[in-house]
Amino acid sequence: MRVLIIEDERETAQFLLKALKESGHAADVAHDGEQGLAMARQGDYDVLVVDRMLPKRDGLSIVRALREAKDTTPILILSALGEVDDRVKGLRAGGDDYLTKPFAFSELIARIDALARRAEPQESVSRYVVGDLVLDRLSRRVTRGGEPILLQPREFRLLEYLMRHADQVVTRTMLLENVWDYHFDPQTNVIDVHVSRLRAKIDKGFAEPLLHTIRGAGYTIRAGHA
Amino acid sequence: MPDTRRGVLQSTAFRAFAIYALCVGLLAAGIIAALFWQTNTLLARMTLQGLAAEAQSLARLSATAGPERAAALIAERSENQRLGLYLQIDASGRKLAGNLNRWPPELAGSAQGGLFRYERSTGGDDTFIAVGVPAVLADGTRLLVGRDLEEQRGFISGMRLLLLAGIGALGLTALAGGYLASRPLLSRITAMRRTSEAIMAGAMSERIPLDGASTELDGLAASLNAMLDRIEQLMAGLREVSDNIAHDLKTPLTRLRNRAEAALRDARGATAHRDGLERTIEEADELLKTFNAMLLIARLEAGALEESAEPFDLGRLVADVAELYEPLAEERGLTLSHDVEPDIALHANRQLVGQAVANLIDNAIKYGLPGPGAKAPRTIDVRVARAGAEAVRVEIGDHGIGIAEADRARALKRFGRLEASRTRPGTGLGLSVVAAVARLHGGNVRLEDNAPGLRVVVSLPIKAQATSAPAPEQGAADGRQRVAAPALRST
Repeated sequence: MRVLIIEDERETAQFLLKALKESGHAADVAHDGEQGLAMARQGDYDVLVVDRMLPKRDGLSIVRALREAKDTTPILILSALGEVDDRVKGLRAGGDDYLTKPFAFSELIARIDALARRAEPQESVSRYVVGDLVLDRLSRRVTRGGEPILLQPREFRLLEYLMRHADQVVTRTMLLENVWDYHFDPQTNVIDVHVSRLRAKIDKGFAEPLLHTIRGAGYTIRAGHA
Repeated sequence: MPDTRRGVLQSTAFRAFAIYALCVGLLAAGIIAALFWQTNTLLARMTLQGLAAEAQSLARLSATAGPERAAALIAERSENQRLGLYLQIDASGRKLAGNLNRWPPELAGSAQGGLFRYERSTGGDDTFIAVGVPAVLADGTRLLVGRDLEEQRGFISGMRLLLLAGIGALGLTALAGGYLASRPLLSRITAMRRTSEAIMAGAMSERIPLDGASTELDGLAASLNAMLDRIEQLMAGLREVSDNIAHDLKTPLTRLRNRAEAALRDARGATAHRDGLERTIEEADELLKTFNAMLLIARLEAGALEESAEPFDLGRLVADVAELYEPLAEERGLTLSHDVEPDIALHANRQLVGQAVANLIDNAIKYGLPGPGAKAPRTIDVRVARAGAEAVRVEIGDHGIGIAEADRARALKRFGRLEASRTRPGTGLGLSVVAAVARLHGGNVRLEDNAPGLRVVVSLPIKAQATSAPAPEQGAADGRQRVAAPALRST
């Protein structure tokens, strides 16, 4: 996957570059808005990581320019600002996700992965399958090894999100934002309790666990040994 | 005092008065000079006309009644009139009658008449000024009718002196008035300047003295004092806040440092270092959460919501958040139940209201366990209900240790943190955030006794505060999609 990082702060940019390469991605860096926009237009990138405050041209105007040119490359906006309205402004400008600095690196990688996956055409998929776990989005039924599993609506949405991002790391914040639509800090790790309840329903009594906790990052659902 | 006097003379107010006085003085002098000139000219013309008329009437008399009759009249007038001057001479220049001794050389060839000087017959060498008009009588003798001008000149110069004195007095009075009028003004301004200098030098409690009269200056001084009071309050608040922040951050920073050091010294090597680093990151994340909460409070207090306010169903949001926390409450042995009135459309920032409700439920779970031996129910009750037509109440009640009445105000204060919360995990700023969110939306927060335990009551106005239209019924779902339309949607 090719990622373009548009970030003027050299240290942050180098940190991102190094870490993205370590996790197996190709990444380029642009240090100002003009250069960033030019590179985004020329290069064939899977995901753009755009800082909001940039010299020469600010992040939101880059996003707007690309969207006006019908460029649909997923964009993650980074911001040191955390104003109440900022997220709304970022998403209205055409950003796909918004992350406030400082952030955990695992959080950024997980979001970049999710954005890249989103670009793949799979919106119409009606069944998610991970090992012998099957989620049918139309009938809203879940089975494992053919046995039906009864889930609450919220648990269904949680599993649906995890399975849609199967084999990817999904952070607690991503779950909170996408399953609950909350963009705030819940103080306590409430998500953990929900995930462990879900885990009890889908993994209990089966030899192979599918829902894994990734220490320091989040969760992933996957079959087989990786 | 000489200092003050010089101060007055140099003051803006006095200069304005002086310029004004100068202008008035010049104008007055101009008017008076014009008047003076006019009067002088008029007087001179009237004298000349009078003299010409008298000379003509004497000439007519001489023609009709005979030269002797005229000569007699001239002689008679010469005798009786003090100011009238007469001289009748024959063709050879010999004096026939009159009180002048000789024909004045100034009027030797003149037919018009004019000014001349003469000596009085009473003796002395002094010459006096006079005006005269010549005429030729029927018998060929020449007549000069004149008038002494000394008295008129005296009158005119007296008047001139008087006018000059008047102008001088006018100027002096204006200057003195200016001086007197600008002195109190200057002393007030000096007092203000002294106060501001004292404040700049550090005496923050100094205030501008007021004289009690409701003048503009007093009003200005009063509003400046009010401004100073406000600044002092803000500074005191800021100092308290920074003290709190320092206190709140010092402890976890010390802990973080000590852990890192301990890990570094750990004999187990790489594994211990890794553990230590991971725990350091966790601690740092907690610190960042505290900072974020502080920044959030500061932002909420600083600004209005520009774009993020949207209509949503409050009951549904609160029920949602309650459901999010239900399993957590259950784990702690508490029952979290909610009772929400449906279809309350609130126009607000959904995320912030959600954060506030989450903070309150999180607090209730943290502090809601009844003390050992207490027979209170292990429940947390969340309620949403209308309070009249224009407000809604969100109540979260627990039966835990509660907050002592004396501490309640402090718990809601900006960055306020109770001792009890310092030893527990979390930022301890949860209630301050709730209070700030409520204030931002035009509402308020009350802490009540839940007998036993704590009940937090958040009141929010339902009507849109600013320009936004009232929330439509189905807008709740719409708005929710709009604000937080994240890229990753599971459906």
